[in-house]
Amino acid sequence: MQLLKILRWKIAGLLARRLAALAALVLLGGLLSATLVRLAPGFDADERELDPGLNAESVRALRQSRAGEHNILSFYASYLRGAIHGDLGTSHALGLPVQSLLRERWPVTVRVVGIGLLLAWLLASTLAFTACLCRRPAYEILGTTVSGAFLCIPAAVLALLSVILNAPGYLAIALIVFPKIYRYSRNLLAKAYTLPHITAARARGLGEVRILAWHVLPIAGPQMIALAGITVSIALGASIPVEAISGLPGIGQLAWQAALSRDLPLLVNLTVLVTLVTLLANSGADVMIYMLSSRSDGRIRPSAGPSSAIVNAL
Amino acid sequence: MSAARKLACVVVLAVCAVSLAANWLAPAGYARQFREAPSAPPSHQHLLGTDEVGRDRFARVLYGTRISLLLAPAAALVSTVLAALVGGLAGYLGGIWLRLARGFTDLFLSLPWLFLLITVRALLPLNVSPLVSVLITFLILGLLGWAASARVLSTSADALRNSDFVLQARASGLHGPRLFLVHVLPNLKPVLYAQFWISIPVFILSEANLGILGLGVAEPLPSWGSLLRELEGLISFREEPWRLVPLLLLIVVMTSFQMLLSNEEVTA
Repeated sequence: MQLLKILRWKIAGLLARRLAALAALVLLGGLLSATLVRLAPGFDADERELDPGLNAESVRALRQSRAGEHNILSFYASYLRGAIHGDLGTSHALGLPVQSLLRERWPVTVRVVGIGLLLAWLLASTLAFTACLCRRPAYEILGTTVSGAFLCIPAAVLALLSVILNAPGYLAIALIVFPKIYRYSRNLLAKAYTLPHITAARARGLGEVRILAWHVLPIAGPQMIALAGITVSIALGASIPVEAISGLPGIGQLAWQAALSRDLPLLVNLTVLVTLVTLLANSGADVMIYMLSSRSDGRIRPSAGPSSAIVNAL
Repeated sequence: MSAARKLACVVVLAVCAVSLAANWLAPAGYARQFREAPSAPPSHQHLLGTDEVGRDRFARVLYGTRISLLLAPAAALVSTVLAALVGGLAGYLGGIWLRLARGFTDLFLSLPWLFLLITVRALLPLNVSPLVSVLITFLILGLLGWAASARVLSTSADALRNSDFVLQARASGLHGPRLFLVHVLPNLKPVLYAQFWISIPVFILSEANLGILGLGVAEPLPSWGSLLRELEGLISFREEPWRLVPLLLLIVVMTSFQMLLSNEEVTA
Protein backbone atom coordinates (compact mmCIF):
# COMPACT_ATOMS: atom_id res chain seq x y z
CA MET A 1 0.00 0.00 0.00
CA GLN A 2 2.79 2.35 1.02
CA LEU A 3 4.69 1.53 -2.17
CA LEU A 4 1.58 2.18 -4.26
CA LYS A 5 1.12 5.56 -2.58
CA ILE A 6 4.73 6.53 -3.25
CA LEU A 7 4.35 5.46 -6.86
CA ARG A 8 1.21 7.55 -7.27
CA TRP A 9 3.00 10.60 -5.85
CA LYS A 10 5.95 10.02 -8.12
CA ILE A 11 3.71 9.72 -11.19
CA ALA A 12 1.78 12.85 -10.13
CA GLY A 13 5.08 14.71 -9.70
CA LEU A 14 6.26 13.50 -13.08
CA LEU A 15 2.99 14.60 -14.69
CA ALA A 16 3.23 18.04 -13.06
CA ARG A 17 6.82 18.49 -14.26
CA ARG A 18 5.87 17.34 -17.76
CA LEU A 19 2.90 19.69 -17.90
CA ALA A 20 5.01 22.65 -16.75
CA ALA A 21 7.68 21.88 -19.38
CA LEU A 22 4.97 21.38 -22.00
CA ALA A 23 3.32 24.71 -21.22
CA ALA A 24 6.69 26.51 -21.36
CA LEU A 25 7.57 24.92 -24.71
CA VAL A 26 4.16 25.68 -26.22
CA LEU A 27 4.40 29.34 -25.14
CA LEU A 28 7.96 29.61 -26.46
CA GLY A 29 6.91 27.93 -29.73
CA GLY A 30 4.19 30.56 -30.20
CA LEU A 31 6.62 33.37 -29.41
CA LEU A 32 9.20 31.93 -31.84
CA SER A 33 6.62 31.78 -34.60
CA ALA A 34 5.41 35.33 -33.90
CA THR A 35 9.01 36.61 -33.96
CA LEU A 36 9.70 34.85 -37.27
CA VAL A 37 6.62 36.35 -38.90
CA ARG A 38 7.41 39.81 -37.50
CA LEU A 39 10.98 39.67 -38.83
CA ALA A 40 9.90 38.31 -42.23
CA PRO A 41 10.61 40.74 -45.07
CA GLY A 42 7.45 42.44 -46.30
CA PHE A 43 5.57 41.95 -43.02
CA ASP A 44 4.47 45.61 -42.98
CA ALA A 45 3.10 45.48 -46.52
CA ASP A 46 -0.65 45.18 -46.88
CA GLU A 47 -2.01 44.57 -50.39
CA ARG A 48 -5.23 46.35 -49.51
CA GLU A 49 -3.32 49.61 -49.28
CA LEU A 50 -2.76 49.43 -53.06
CA ASP A 51 -6.50 49.73 -53.68
CA PRO A 52 -6.91 53.12 -55.48
CA GLY A 53 -10.46 53.37 -54.13
CA LEU A 54 -9.19 53.88 -50.57
CA ASN A 55 -8.65 57.42 -49.32
CA ALA A 56 -5.83 58.51 -47.01
CA GLU A 57 -8.00 58.06 -43.92
CA SER A 58 -8.89 54.48 -44.85
CA VAL A 59 -5.23 53.66 -45.47
CA ARG A 60 -4.38 55.19 -42.07
CA ALA A 61 -7.13 53.10 -40.46
CA LEU A 62 -5.74 49.98 -42.13
CA ARG A 63 -2.27 50.73 -40.80
CA GLN A 64 -3.72 51.48 -37.37
CA SER A 65 -5.46 48.09 -37.30
CA ARG A 66 -2.06 46.36 -37.58
CA ALA A 67 -0.16 48.76 -35.33
CA GLY A 68 -0.50 46.37 -32.37
CA GLU A 69 1.53 43.74 -34.25
CA HIS A 70 4.67 45.85 -34.57
CA ASN A 71 5.91 45.23 -31.05
CA ILE A 72 6.09 41.47 -30.92
CA LEU A 73 6.05 41.17 -27.14
CA SER A 74 2.98 43.34 -26.72
CA PHE A 75 1.29 41.46 -29.59
CA TYR A 76 2.05 38.14 -27.94
CA ALA A 77 0.89 39.36 -24.51
CA SER A 78 -2.41 40.60 -25.93
CA TYR A 79 -2.76 37.35 -27.92
CA LEU A 80 -2.31 35.32 -24.72
CA ARG A 81 -4.81 37.55 -22.87
CA GLY A 82 -7.33 36.97 -25.66
CA ALA A 83 -6.60 33.24 -25.81
CA ILE A 84 -7.32 32.90 -22.08
CA HIS A 85 -10.76 34.44 -22.74
CA GLY A 86 -11.32 32.21 -25.76
CA ASP A 87 -10.53 34.84 -28.42
CA LEU A 88 -7.79 33.64 -30.78
CA GLY A 89 -7.90 36.70 -33.04
CA THR A 90 -8.90 37.16 -36.67
CA SER A 91 -7.06 35.90 -39.73
CA HIS A 92 -5.77 38.78 -41.91
CA ALA A 93 -5.76 36.76 -45.10
CA LEU A 94 -9.10 35.03 -44.75
CA GLY A 95 -10.91 37.69 -42.72
CA LEU A 96 -12.43 35.08 -40.40
CA PRO A 97 -12.04 34.38 -36.68
CA VAL A 98 -9.17 31.93 -36.15
CA GLN A 99 -11.33 29.90 -33.77
CA SER A 100 -13.95 29.17 -36.43
CA LEU A 101 -11.23 28.37 -39.00
CA LEU A 102 -9.63 25.86 -36.66
CA ARG A 103 -13.01 24.35 -35.74
CA GLU A 104 -13.83 23.98 -39.44
CA ARG A 105 -10.49 22.52 -40.55
CA TRP A 106 -9.43 20.42 -37.58
CA PRO A 107 -11.76 17.44 -38.27
CA VAL A 108 -10.32 17.03 -41.80
CA THR A 109 -6.75 16.81 -40.49
CA VAL A 110 -7.72 14.53 -37.60
CA ARG A 111 -9.37 12.18 -40.07
CA VAL A 112 -6.54 12.22 -42.64
CA VAL A 113 -3.73 11.98 -40.08
CA GLY A 114 -5.61 9.47 -37.90
CA ILE A 115 -6.43 7.03 -40.69
CA GLY A 116 -2.97 7.53 -42.20
CA LEU A 117 -1.27 6.71 -38.91
CA LEU A 118 -3.48 3.70 -38.35
CA LEU A 119 -2.70 2.33 -41.82
CA ALA A 120 1.02 3.05 -41.42
CA TRP A 121 1.21 1.23 -38.09
CA LEU A 122 -0.83 -1.67 -39.44
CA LEU A 123 1.40 -2.09 -42.47
CA ALA A 124 4.69 -1.55 -40.62
CA SER A 125 3.91 -3.80 -37.66
CA THR A 126 2.51 -6.55 -39.90
CA LEU A 127 5.71 -6.55 -41.95
CA ALA A 128 7.99 -6.28 -38.91
CA PHE A 129 6.24 -9.00 -36.89
CA THR A 130 5.97 -11.32 -39.91
CA ALA A 131 9.69 -10.94 -40.57
CA CYS A 132 10.41 -11.76 -36.89
CA LEU A 133 8.00 -14.65 -36.57
CA CYS A 134 8.72 -16.37 -39.88
CA ARG A 135 12.49 -15.75 -39.74
CA ARG A 136 12.79 -16.10 -43.51
CA PRO A 137 15.10 -13.82 -45.49
CA ALA A 138 12.36 -13.28 -48.11
CA TYR A 139 10.15 -11.38 -45.64
CA GLU A 140 13.11 -9.40 -44.39
CA ILE A 141 14.12 -8.43 -47.93
CA LEU A 142 10.51 -7.55 -48.82
CA GLY A 143 10.09 -5.30 -45.79
CA THR A 144 13.46 -3.59 -46.21
CA THR A 145 12.98 -3.02 -49.94
CA VAL A 146 9.43 -1.66 -49.68
CA SER A 147 10.21 0.59 -46.70
CA GLY A 148 13.52 1.68 -48.25
CA ALA A 149 11.80 2.69 -51.48
CA PHE A 150 9.20 4.82 -49.71
CA LEU A 151 11.85 6.31 -47.45
CA CYS A 152 13.59 7.68 -50.54
CA ILE A 153 10.52 9.43 -51.97
CA PRO A 154 9.80 12.99 -50.78
CA ALA A 155 6.50 13.49 -48.96
CA ALA A 156 5.34 15.99 -51.59
CA VAL A 157 5.98 13.47 -54.41
CA LEU A 158 3.86 10.87 -52.61
CA ALA A 159 1.14 13.50 -52.27
CA LEU A 160 1.42 14.27 -56.00
CA LEU A 161 1.29 10.58 -56.90
CA SER A 162 -1.80 10.14 -54.72
CA VAL A 163 -3.49 12.94 -56.70
CA ILE A 164 -2.45 11.43 -60.06
CA LEU A 165 -3.66 7.98 -59.02
CA ASN A 166 -6.84 9.36 -57.40
CA ALA A 167 -5.82 7.83 -54.09
CA PRO A 168 -7.04 9.32 -50.79
CA GLY A 169 -4.77 11.72 -48.89
CA TYR A 170 -4.51 9.44 -45.87
CA LEU A 171 -2.83 6.80 -48.04
CA ALA A 172 -0.05 9.30 -48.85
CA ILE A 173 0.38 10.02 -45.12
CA ALA A 174 0.44 6.29 -44.38
CA LEU A 175 3.16 5.72 -46.99
CA ILE A 176 5.21 8.66 -45.66
CA VAL A 177 5.10 7.42 -42.05
CA PHE A 178 5.20 3.64 -42.64
CA PRO A 179 8.91 3.25 -43.59
CA LYS A 180 10.02 5.14 -40.48
CA ILE A 181 7.92 2.94 -38.22
CA TYR A 182 9.01 -0.24 -39.98
CA ARG A 183 12.71 0.51 -39.86
CA TYR A 184 12.77 1.55 -36.23
CA SER A 185 10.49 -1.20 -34.93
CA ARG A 186 12.30 -3.84 -37.00
CA ASN A 187 15.63 -2.72 -35.52
CA LEU A 188 14.15 -2.79 -32.02
CA LEU A 189 12.75 -6.29 -32.49
CA ALA A 190 15.97 -7.55 -34.06
CA LYS A 191 17.97 -6.13 -31.14
CA ALA A 192 15.63 -7.74 -28.62
CA TYR A 193 15.93 -11.11 -30.39
CA THR A 194 19.70 -11.11 -29.91
CA LEU A 195 19.39 -11.12 -26.09
CA PRO A 196 20.63 -14.31 -24.38
CA HIS A 197 17.38 -15.10 -22.60
CA ILE A 198 15.57 -15.25 -25.97
CA THR A 199 18.12 -17.81 -27.19
CA ALA A 200 17.59 -19.74 -23.96
CA ALA A 201 13.80 -19.62 -24.43
CA ARG A 202 14.19 -20.94 -27.97
CA ALA A 203 16.49 -23.71 -26.76
CA ARG A 204 13.82 -24.75 -24.29
CA GLY A 205 11.38 -25.16 -27.17
CA LEU A 206 9.12 -22.12 -26.65
CA GLY A 207 7.02 -21.19 -29.69
CA GLU A 208 7.81 -18.06 -31.72
CA VAL A 209 4.51 -16.35 -30.87
CA ARG A 210 5.03 -16.98 -27.16
CA ILE A 211 8.60 -15.68 -27.33
CA LEU A 212 7.40 -12.54 -29.11
CA ALA A 213 4.53 -11.89 -26.70
CA TRP A 214 6.27 -12.76 -23.43
CA HIS A 215 9.92 -11.97 -23.99
CA VAL A 216 10.42 -9.62 -26.93
CA LEU A 217 7.50 -7.20 -26.69
CA PRO A 218 8.09 -6.29 -23.02
CA ILE A 219 11.60 -5.18 -24.06
CA ALA A 220 10.75 -3.47 -27.35
CA GLY A 221 7.28 -2.27 -26.24
CA PRO A 222 8.26 0.94 -24.38
CA GLN A 223 10.34 2.19 -27.30
CA MET A 224 7.50 1.38 -29.68
CA ILE A 225 5.08 3.40 -27.54
CA ALA A 226 7.54 6.31 -27.68
CA LEU A 227 7.74 5.82 -31.44
CA ALA A 228 3.94 6.10 -31.61
CA GLY A 229 4.21 9.56 -30.01
CA ILE A 230 6.86 10.66 -32.50
CA THR A 231 4.88 9.42 -35.50
CA VAL A 232 2.07 11.86 -34.62
CA SER A 233 4.55 14.70 -35.17
CA ILE A 234 5.81 13.20 -38.46
CA ALA A 235 2.25 12.70 -39.74
CA LEU A 236 1.29 16.27 -38.78
CA GLY A 237 4.30 17.62 -40.68
CA ALA A 238 3.44 15.45 -43.68
CA SER A 239 -0.13 16.75 -43.66
CA ILE A 240 1.11 20.15 -44.98
CA PRO A 241 2.32 18.98 -48.43
CA VAL A 242 -0.40 16.33 -48.64
CA GLU A 243 -3.25 18.74 -47.89
CA ALA A 244 -1.72 21.58 -49.93
CA ILE A 245 -1.26 19.39 -53.02
CA SER A 246 -4.41 17.29 -52.68
CA GLY A 247 -6.56 20.35 -51.96
CA LEU A 248 -7.80 18.96 -48.64
CA PRO A 249 -9.17 21.81 -46.48
CA GLY A 250 -7.36 20.85 -43.27
CA ILE A 251 -4.94 22.39 -40.80
CA GLY A 252 -1.97 21.56 -43.07
CA GLN A 253 -3.43 23.54 -45.96
CA LEU A 254 -4.31 26.37 -43.57
CA ALA A 255 -0.70 26.48 -42.29
CA TRP A 256 0.51 26.60 -45.88
CA GLN A 257 -1.81 29.51 -46.72
CA ALA A 258 -0.98 31.33 -43.47
CA ALA A 259 2.77 31.10 -44.14
CA LEU A 260 2.44 32.32 -47.71
CA SER A 261 0.28 35.30 -46.73
CA ARG A 262 2.32 36.08 -43.56
CA ASP A 263 -0.86 35.88 -41.52
CA LEU A 264 0.53 36.53 -38.01
CA PRO A 265 -2.51 35.67 -35.85
CA LEU A 266 -3.25 32.49 -37.79
CA LEU A 267 0.36 31.32 -37.91
CA VAL A 268 0.92 31.87 -34.17
CA ASN A 269 -2.23 29.90 -33.34
CA LEU A 270 -1.27 27.09 -35.71
CA THR A 271 2.25 26.88 -34.28
CA VAL A 272 0.87 26.73 -30.74
CA LEU A 273 -1.63 24.07 -31.80
CA VAL A 274 0.91 21.91 -33.65
CA THR A 275 3.45 22.23 -30.81
CA LEU A 276 0.77 21.34 -28.26
CA VAL A 277 -0.40 18.25 -30.16
CA THR A 278 3.19 17.07 -30.76
CA LEU A 279 4.21 17.55 -27.14
CA LEU A 280 1.01 15.99 -25.81
CA ALA A 281 1.56 12.93 -28.00
CA ASN A 282 5.20 12.59 -26.86
CA SER A 283 4.42 13.26 -23.21
CA GLY A 284 1.46 10.86 -23.31
CA ALA A 285 3.74 8.16 -24.70
CA ASP A 286 6.41 8.88 -22.06
CA VAL A 287 3.91 8.82 -19.19
CA MET A 288 2.48 5.55 -20.49
CA ILE A 289 5.98 4.06 -20.56
CA TYR A 290 6.69 5.21 -17.01
CA MET A 291 3.40 3.76 -15.81
CA LEU A 292 4.06 0.44 -17.52
CA SER A 293 7.65 0.22 -16.29
CA SER A 294 6.67 1.19 -12.73
CA ARG A 295 3.99 -1.50 -12.74
CA SER A 296 6.34 -4.16 -14.01
CA ASP A 297 9.32 -3.56 -11.72
CA GLY A 298 7.82 -1.44 -8.95
CA ARG A 299 10.01 1.63 -9.52
CA ILE A 300 10.20 4.61 -11.80
CA ARG A 301 13.13 4.62 -14.18
CA PRO A 302 15.07 7.84 -14.19
CA SER A 303 15.30 8.74 -17.86
CA ALA A 304 15.19 11.86 -20.00
CA GLY A 305 12.25 10.38 -21.88
CA PRO A 306 12.76 7.98 -24.74
CA SER A 307 10.85 10.05 -27.27
CA SER A 308 13.59 12.61 -27.67
CA ALA A 309 16.16 9.88 -28.32
CA ILE A 310 14.08 8.46 -31.15
CA VAL A 311 13.78 11.78 -32.97
CA ASN A 312 17.32 11.53 -34.25
CA ALA A 313 17.08 7.88 -35.23
CA LEU A 314 14.15 8.75 -37.50
CA MET B 1 33.22 -2.46 -46.38
CA SER B 2 30.42 -4.73 -47.61
CA ALA B 3 29.70 -5.22 -51.33
CA ALA B 4 26.41 -3.31 -51.01
CA ARG B 5 28.17 -0.30 -49.47
CA LYS B 6 30.85 -0.41 -52.16
CA LEU B 7 28.16 -0.45 -54.84
CA ALA B 8 26.35 2.45 -53.15
CA CYS B 9 29.60 4.40 -52.99
CA VAL B 10 30.24 3.78 -56.70
CA VAL B 11 26.70 4.90 -57.61
CA VAL B 12 26.94 8.16 -55.59
CA LEU B 13 30.39 8.93 -57.01
CA ALA B 14 29.27 8.14 -60.57
CA VAL B 15 26.18 10.37 -60.28
CA CYS B 16 28.33 13.17 -58.80
CA ALA B 17 30.92 12.81 -61.58
CA VAL B 18 28.30 12.83 -64.35
CA SER B 19 26.57 15.88 -62.87
CA LEU B 20 29.91 17.70 -62.55
CA ALA B 21 30.54 16.99 -66.22
CA ALA B 22 27.17 18.52 -67.17
CA ASN B 23 28.88 21.30 -69.15
CA TRP B 24 30.30 18.71 -71.55
CA LEU B 25 27.61 16.02 -71.44
CA ALA B 26 24.50 18.17 -71.71
CA PRO B 27 23.39 18.88 -75.28
CA ALA B 28 22.35 22.43 -74.29
CA GLY B 29 22.24 24.78 -71.34
CA TYR B 30 19.57 24.18 -68.68
CA ALA B 31 17.72 27.36 -69.65
CA ARG B 32 17.97 27.13 -73.46
CA GLN B 33 14.56 26.84 -75.05
CA PHE B 34 13.89 24.82 -78.20
CA ARG B 35 10.72 26.69 -79.04
CA GLU B 36 9.99 24.52 -82.05
CA ALA B 37 9.79 21.42 -79.81
CA PRO B 38 7.92 22.03 -76.56
CA SER B 39 6.87 18.89 -74.59
CA ALA B 40 8.73 16.73 -77.13
CA PRO B 41 9.18 12.99 -76.52
CA PRO B 42 12.69 11.47 -76.22
CA SER B 43 14.73 11.61 -79.42
CA HIS B 44 18.39 11.57 -80.53
CA GLN B 45 18.57 15.31 -79.96
CA HIS B 46 16.74 15.33 -76.62
CA LEU B 47 17.41 12.09 -74.73
CA LEU B 48 14.63 12.69 -72.16
CA GLY B 49 12.49 14.93 -74.32
CA THR B 50 11.76 18.57 -73.55
CA ASP B 51 9.59 20.28 -70.92
CA GLU B 52 6.56 22.51 -71.54
CA VAL B 53 8.71 25.48 -72.57
CA GLY B 54 11.02 23.42 -74.77
CA ARG B 55 14.02 23.04 -72.44
CA ASP B 56 16.07 19.86 -72.78
CA ARG B 57 15.09 17.62 -69.85
CA PHE B 58 18.34 15.63 -69.84
CA ALA B 59 20.39 18.82 -69.50
CA ARG B 60 18.13 20.01 -66.67
CA VAL B 61 18.46 16.67 -64.86
CA LEU B 62 22.28 16.89 -65.08
CA TYR B 63 22.45 20.49 -63.84
CA GLY B 64 19.74 19.91 -61.22
CA THR B 65 21.60 16.88 -59.85
CA ARG B 66 24.73 18.99 -59.55
CA ILE B 67 22.94 21.66 -57.51
CA SER B 68 21.15 19.22 -55.20
CA LEU B 69 24.15 16.93 -54.70
CA LEU B 70 26.66 19.70 -54.06
CA LEU B 71 24.59 21.97 -51.87
CA ALA B 72 23.00 19.33 -49.62
CA PRO B 73 26.44 18.42 -48.17
CA ALA B 74 27.16 22.15 -47.75
CA ALA B 75 23.92 22.55 -45.78
CA ALA B 76 24.79 19.41 -43.80
CA LEU B 77 28.17 20.96 -42.97
CA VAL B 78 26.48 24.15 -41.69
CA SER B 79 24.05 22.18 -39.53
CA THR B 80 26.79 19.88 -38.17
CA VAL B 81 29.01 22.85 -37.25
CA LEU B 82 26.05 24.51 -35.51
CA ALA B 83 25.21 21.26 -33.73
CA ALA B 84 28.82 20.91 -32.60
CA LEU B 85 28.83 24.46 -31.29
CA VAL B 86 25.50 24.26 -29.49
CA GLY B 87 25.37 20.60 -28.46
CA GLY B 88 29.09 19.90 -28.10
CA LEU B 89 29.83 23.02 -26.07
CA ALA B 90 26.72 22.65 -23.90
CA GLY B 91 27.58 19.02 -23.16
CA TYR B 92 31.17 19.97 -22.34
CA LEU B 93 30.17 22.87 -20.08
CA GLY B 94 27.31 20.93 -18.42
CA GLY B 95 25.02 22.38 -15.73
CA ILE B 96 22.81 25.28 -16.71
CA TRP B 97 24.31 25.44 -20.24
CA LEU B 98 23.36 21.84 -20.91
CA ARG B 99 19.84 22.36 -19.59
CA LEU B 100 19.45 25.54 -21.67
CA ALA B 101 20.71 23.87 -24.84
CA ARG B 102 18.42 20.87 -24.29
CA GLY B 103 15.46 23.19 -23.72
CA PHE B 104 16.29 25.03 -26.94
CA THR B 105 16.67 21.83 -28.96
CA ASP B 106 13.42 20.50 -27.44
CA LEU B 107 11.70 23.66 -28.63
CA PHE B 108 12.95 23.07 -32.20
CA LEU B 109 12.17 19.36 -32.08
CA SER B 110 8.65 19.96 -30.79
CA LEU B 111 7.79 21.49 -34.16
CA PRO B 112 7.46 18.95 -37.00
CA TRP B 113 10.44 19.36 -39.38
CA LEU B 114 8.34 19.89 -42.51
CA PHE B 115 6.09 22.40 -40.72
CA LEU B 116 9.08 24.43 -39.52
CA LEU B 117 10.87 24.27 -42.85
CA ILE B 118 7.91 25.18 -45.05
CA THR B 119 6.79 27.97 -42.70
CA VAL B 120 10.22 29.59 -42.48
CA ARG B 121 10.84 29.32 -46.24
CA ALA B 122 7.43 30.76 -47.05
CA LEU B 123 8.12 33.71 -44.74
CA LEU B 124 11.28 34.63 -46.64
CA PRO B 125 11.18 36.44 -50.01
CA LEU B 126 10.11 34.19 -52.87
CA ASN B 127 10.53 36.73 -55.64
CA VAL B 128 14.34 36.58 -55.76
CA SER B 129 16.98 35.70 -58.33
CA PRO B 130 17.63 31.97 -58.92
CA LEU B 131 21.06 32.13 -57.29
CA VAL B 132 19.70 33.84 -54.17
CA SER B 133 16.88 31.27 -53.99
CA VAL B 134 19.48 28.47 -54.01
CA LEU B 135 21.39 30.15 -51.19
CA ILE B 136 18.24 30.81 -49.14
CA THR B 137 16.95 27.26 -49.59
CA PHE B 138 20.13 25.47 -48.56
CA LEU B 139 21.05 27.97 -45.85
CA ILE B 140 17.63 27.46 -44.25
CA LEU B 141 18.18 23.70 -44.32
CA GLY B 142 21.54 24.14 -42.62
CA LEU B 143 20.33 26.67 -40.06
CA LEU B 144 17.18 24.79 -39.08
CA GLY B 145 18.43 21.22 -39.26
CA TRP B 146 20.90 21.26 -36.37
CA ALA B 147 18.60 20.49 -33.43
CA ALA B 148 18.48 16.68 -33.59
CA SER B 149 22.26 16.48 -34.15
CA ALA B 150 22.88 18.93 -31.28
CA ARG B 151 20.86 16.73 -28.95
CA VAL B 152 22.98 13.69 -29.82
CA LEU B 153 26.21 15.67 -29.55
CA SER B 154 25.27 17.17 -26.18
CA THR B 155 24.72 13.67 -24.79
CA SER B 156 28.06 12.45 -26.18
CA ALA B 157 29.95 15.52 -24.93
CA ASP B 158 28.28 15.20 -21.52
CA ALA B 159 29.52 11.61 -21.29
CA LEU B 160 33.03 12.71 -22.33
CA ARG B 161 33.09 15.50 -19.74
CA ASN B 162 32.92 12.93 -16.96
CA SER B 163 35.32 10.46 -18.59
CA ASP B 164 38.60 9.50 -16.92
CA PHE B 165 40.91 11.04 -19.51
CA VAL B 166 39.16 14.41 -19.37
CA LEU B 167 39.28 14.35 -15.56
CA GLN B 168 42.99 13.56 -15.76
CA ALA B 169 43.57 16.36 -18.25
CA ARG B 170 41.72 18.69 -15.90
CA ALA B 171 43.82 17.51 -12.99
CA SER B 172 46.93 18.23 -15.08
CA GLY B 173 45.86 21.84 -15.34
CA LEU B 174 44.22 21.85 -18.77
CA HIS B 175 41.07 23.97 -18.83
CA GLY B 176 38.74 25.97 -21.04
CA PRO B 177 38.89 26.02 -24.86
CA ARG B 178 42.15 24.05 -25.03
CA LEU B 179 40.67 21.10 -23.15
CA PHE B 180 37.61 21.21 -25.41
CA LEU B 181 39.61 21.49 -28.64
CA VAL B 182 42.37 19.00 -27.78
CA HIS B 183 40.52 16.30 -25.85
CA VAL B 184 36.77 16.60 -26.26
CA LEU B 185 36.27 17.64 -29.89
CA PRO B 186 38.53 14.93 -31.44
CA ASN B 187 36.55 12.30 -29.54
CA LEU B 188 33.30 13.72 -30.90
CA LYS B 189 34.51 13.24 -34.48
CA PRO B 190 32.78 9.87 -35.13
CA VAL B 191 29.44 11.30 -33.94
CA LEU B 192 30.00 14.45 -36.02
CA TYR B 193 30.76 12.41 -39.16
CA ALA B 194 27.68 10.26 -38.58
CA GLN B 195 25.46 13.31 -38.11
CA PHE B 196 26.91 14.91 -41.24
CA TRP B 197 26.20 11.84 -43.39
CA ILE B 198 22.72 11.38 -41.92
CA SER B 199 21.85 15.01 -42.69
CA ILE B 200 22.68 14.83 -46.42
CA PRO B 201 19.78 12.58 -47.55
CA VAL B 202 17.43 14.40 -45.17
CA PHE B 203 18.34 17.73 -46.78
CA ILE B 204 18.08 16.35 -50.33
CA LEU B 205 14.55 15.16 -49.57
CA SER B 206 13.68 18.43 -47.83
CA GLU B 207 14.85 20.48 -50.82
CA ALA B 208 12.76 18.25 -53.07
CA ASN B 209 9.71 18.84 -50.87
CA LEU B 210 10.25 22.60 -50.95
CA GLY B 211 10.80 22.55 -54.72
CA ILE B 212 7.57 20.67 -55.41
CA LEU B 213 5.64 23.18 -53.32
CA GLY B 214 7.23 26.03 -55.28
CA LEU B 215 9.34 27.22 -52.36
CA GLY B 216 12.69 25.84 -53.47
CA VAL B 217 15.16 26.88 -56.13
CA ALA B 218 13.68 29.50 -58.48
CA GLU B 219 13.31 29.02 -62.23
CA PRO B 220 15.12 28.69 -64.58
CA LEU B 221 17.77 27.09 -62.32
CA PRO B 222 16.97 23.38 -61.97
CA SER B 223 17.17 21.25 -58.85
CA TRP B 224 15.64 17.88 -58.03
CA GLY B 225 12.76 19.70 -56.32
CA SER B 226 11.91 21.86 -59.33
CA LEU B 227 12.36 18.89 -61.70
CA LEU B 228 9.95 16.80 -59.64
CA ARG B 229 7.45 19.65 -59.80
CA GLU B 230 6.95 18.69 -63.44
CA LEU B 231 5.09 15.60 -62.20
CA GLU B 232 2.18 17.94 -61.37
CA GLY B 233 1.11 17.96 -65.00
CA LEU B 234 1.43 14.20 -65.42
CA ILE B 235 -1.87 12.55 -66.33
CA SER B 236 -0.75 8.93 -66.45
CA PHE B 237 2.56 7.11 -66.10
CA ARG B 238 2.12 5.22 -69.38
CA GLU B 239 1.84 8.33 -71.53
CA GLU B 240 5.15 9.97 -70.61
CA PRO B 241 7.23 7.58 -68.48
CA TRP B 242 10.44 9.56 -69.19
CA ARG B 243 9.13 12.32 -66.93
CA LEU B 244 9.69 9.95 -64.02
CA VAL B 245 13.47 9.86 -64.62
CA PRO B 246 14.29 12.59 -62.02
CA LEU B 247 12.24 10.67 -59.44
CA LEU B 248 14.01 7.39 -60.29
CA LEU B 249 17.39 9.10 -60.08
CA LEU B 250 16.46 10.57 -56.70
CA ILE B 251 15.37 7.14 -55.45
CA VAL B 252 18.63 5.54 -56.67
CA VAL B 253 20.80 8.21 -55.02
CA MET B 254 18.79 8.20 -51.79
CA THR B 255 18.93 4.40 -51.62
CA SER B 256 22.69 4.58 -52.11
CA PHE B 257 22.97 7.07 -49.24
CA GLN B 258 20.85 4.81 -47.04
CA MET B 259 23.13 1.89 -47.87
CA LEU B 260 26.23 3.95 -47.16
CA LEU B 261 25.02 4.66 -43.62
CA SER B 262 25.56 1.71 -41.35
CA ASN B 263 23.01 0.85 -38.65
CA GLU B 264 25.46 2.03 -36.01
CA GLU B 265 25.69 5.44 -37.64
CA VAL B 266 21.91 5.80 -37.91
CA THR B 267 21.40 4.97 -34.24
CA ALA B 268 24.49 6.89 -33.07
